[in-house]
Amino acid sequence: MALLEIEGLDVRFRTTNGLFPAVEDANLSVDKGEVLAIVGESGSGKSVSMLATMGLLPWTAEVSADKMAFDGQDLRQLTSRQRRKIVGGEMSMIFQEPMSSLNPCFTVGTQIDEMLRQHLGGSRKERKERALDLLAQVGIPDPKKRIGAYPHQLSGGMSQRVMIAMAISCNPRLLIADEPTTALDVTIQAQILDLLLELQQDTGMALILITHDMGVVAETAQQVIVQYAGRQVERQEVKALFAHPRHPYTEALLSALPERAGDQARLPTIPGVVPGQLNRPSGCLFNPRCRYATEHCRQVEPKALADDPARTLCHYPL
Amino acid sequence: MTGDAVIHAVNLTRHYRIKTRPLAAPAIVKALNEASFDLYPGQTLAVVGESGCGKSTLARVLTMIEPPTSGQLTINGQRVELKEGEPPPKDLRREVQIIFQNPYGSLNPRKTVTAMLEEPLKLNRPELSAEQRRQAALDMIERVGLRPEHADRYPHMFSGGQRQRIAIARALMLNPKILVLDEPVSALDLSIQAQILNLLADLQDEFGLAYVFISHDLSVVRRIADDVIVMYFGQPVETGPASEVFTQPRHPYTQALFSATPVADPTRRKERVRLKGEPPSPLSPPPGCPFAPRCFKATEECIQGDPPLESVNPQVKVACIHVEKAAV
Ligand SMILES: Nc1ncnc2c1ncn2[C@@H]1O[C@H](COP(=O)(O)OP(=O)(O)OP(=O)(O)O)[C@@H](O)[C@H]1O
Ligand SMILES: Nc1ncnc2c1ncn2[C@@H]1O[C@H](COP(=O)(O)OP(=O)(O)OP(=O)(O)O)[C@@H](O)[C@H]1O
Ligand SMILES: [Mg+2]
Ligand SMILES: [Mg+2]
Repeated sequence: MALLEIEGLDVRFRTTNGLFPAVEDANLSVDKGEVLAIVGESGSGKSVSMLATMGLLPWTAEVSADKMAFDGQDLRQLTSRQRRKIVGGEMSMIFQEPMSSLNPCFTVGTQIDEMLRQHLGGSRKERKERALDLLAQVGIPDPKKRIGAYPHQLSGGMSQRVMIAMAISCNPRLLIADEPTTALDVTIQAQILDLLLELQQDTGMALILITHDMGVVAETAQQVIVQYAGRQVERQEVKALFAHPRHPYTEALLSALPERAGDQARLPTIPGVVPGQLNRPSGCLFNPRCRYATEHCRQVEPKALADDPARTLCHYPL
Repeated sequence: MTGDAVIHAVNLTRHYRIKTRPLAAPAIVKALNEASFDLYPGQTLAVVGESGCGKSTLARVLTMIEPPTSGQLTINGQRVELKEGEPPPKDLRREVQIIFQNPYGSLNPRKTVTAMLEEPLKLNRPELSAEQRRQAALDMIERVGLRPEHADRYPHMFSGGQRQRIAIARALMLNPKILVLDEPVSALDLSIQAQILNLLADLQDEFGLAYVFISHDLSVVRRIADDVIVMYFGQPVETGPASEVFTQPRHPYTQALFSATPVADPTRRKERVRLKGEPPSPLSPPPGCPFAPRCFKATEECIQGDPPLESVNPQVKVACIHVEKAAV
């Protein structure tokens, strides 16, 4: 049994224009010690699918799934009390916007302490030591001084590291990291990624990494899911994905990498924009932007084939 | 290089005084120390370095949002003499425009795209009629690859990449010669990043714009920069043509920075040069070379004095005593 198993996850938002399907038919399974990356266009439902898993979406969201289990426990059936115990403890998340996820009214130390008190317990002194230790682990200079700082006194990169410290504070078995290193420069990014991989190797923590940095994906992930407009369009082992993308969207995404463009005067781009709520095309959602699209693609929605391990959502996989 | 430099910067320095405790004497944060360079029309200078190393401070000094504590700044042949808290001369301010990192926070949510684009014209070109202003805004909308129907929409109706286009359009309304771009693509996804980089290249060709491009994404910098300044702890530690610096990084920090950059190729997972320790605190700078405490080449000598930026060849300068310098 995998640590996290999700099948047929749908998330719809109630909006003034009716229901907006932000995630459709998402499937995912992560084993202990596995590193899974989720990549895809901005707005493709990466964050929303993970927030749904954690039960953290606002009331305007309608969530349904055929299966949603953490370590065999059905996440759909949890009472809010049971959920509070798991979320933030065994299953924790680094949120995409570090600035707005820290509480501006409390010091960094107080916020970490509160986490530790809820999930791990221990004496005040032990908790303080653990907090200092965590801040040092994520590379905050001078943890003794910073522990008393309020969020507004920290730079963007520092708040992000505090969020990371909080997320790993209770030794999670599953860590969902949503763009954990965007505000960080590469040397600190390397340090944070090393730390996360160390936890994964030493404690068997599973890691779901959401990122648009394909370099980070290449260097850390084992499996990769590619999303487009709320749908998972393919899932492959990392080397295979970079070598032989199966979905035209993945191919286009990878060819936009500056290092792949070589001396070409222009970087290849994907023409057009992701469909919004009001202009969803018929047939394949990617067809208006796809260079291989045919009449068939414009009419008929593709389904993943049962014998395709990558579950490519395309009539003509590459 | 042809023509005159649009920016001539000599030893630009910016210090901040901050109060650490009540009653104590204010501490000094040396955010930027002695940055010098020339920037020519049609060229791109990239500034790279660790978080907090002074990149945005340099951007604020170049765009005259803040005066340098010392050093000289010449823009378009005109010496900038700025007093703390005083606005810069209008004609110079027009020449240099800045684009901020966050495409979500930098646009006014209550203004339509055209209203935002017309605003700088209203302030700086009072001779234009309302009709002319609107036309200029519409032309620019097209120029940056947006569609006419976008003109009367509000920022929240756009994607990150489109918002960044709007920010660029607004910056270009007064025909500046120089654009300072502070992490312009780091919040965007790959295909949108590619669109923006292509757009910047087109605009540079068309208008001969000079760019100061701040970024920590070295694959992007490698693609677009003509020259590079690598900064550490407020000071340039290596400068030179991008082609040189990328093929042969000389300063140990540059080497560490390059090796920490993840490569988008899973068959080439590599060992990184690990940086030990943490970035120094600006409130208690280490003695000697600021990079010494984390440097894999550091020796006793390194803590004796802060190494100056010296030429290793006619184009490349490095601040490290362990790098062989050109014979004088
Ligand atoms: N509370 C909400 N109400 C309505 N729509 C929402 C809400 N939250 C998210 N959405 C929409 O759901 C879609 C998926 O959003 P999500 O944040 O998951 O994208 P993402 O893939 O994480 O993108 P990014 O890379 O930009 O973070 C988007 O179109 C977004 O506008
Ligand atoms: N107004 C200010 N008052 C005091 N210190 C400041 C001020 N602005 C910047 N600093 C300090 O100056 C140093 C350089 O900051 P700067 O914002 O230039 O860094 P940066 O290189 O742009 O970093 P990042 O990559 O994180 O954006 C930092 O130590 C910062 O804390
Ligand atoms: Mg997201
Ligand atoms: Mg900055």
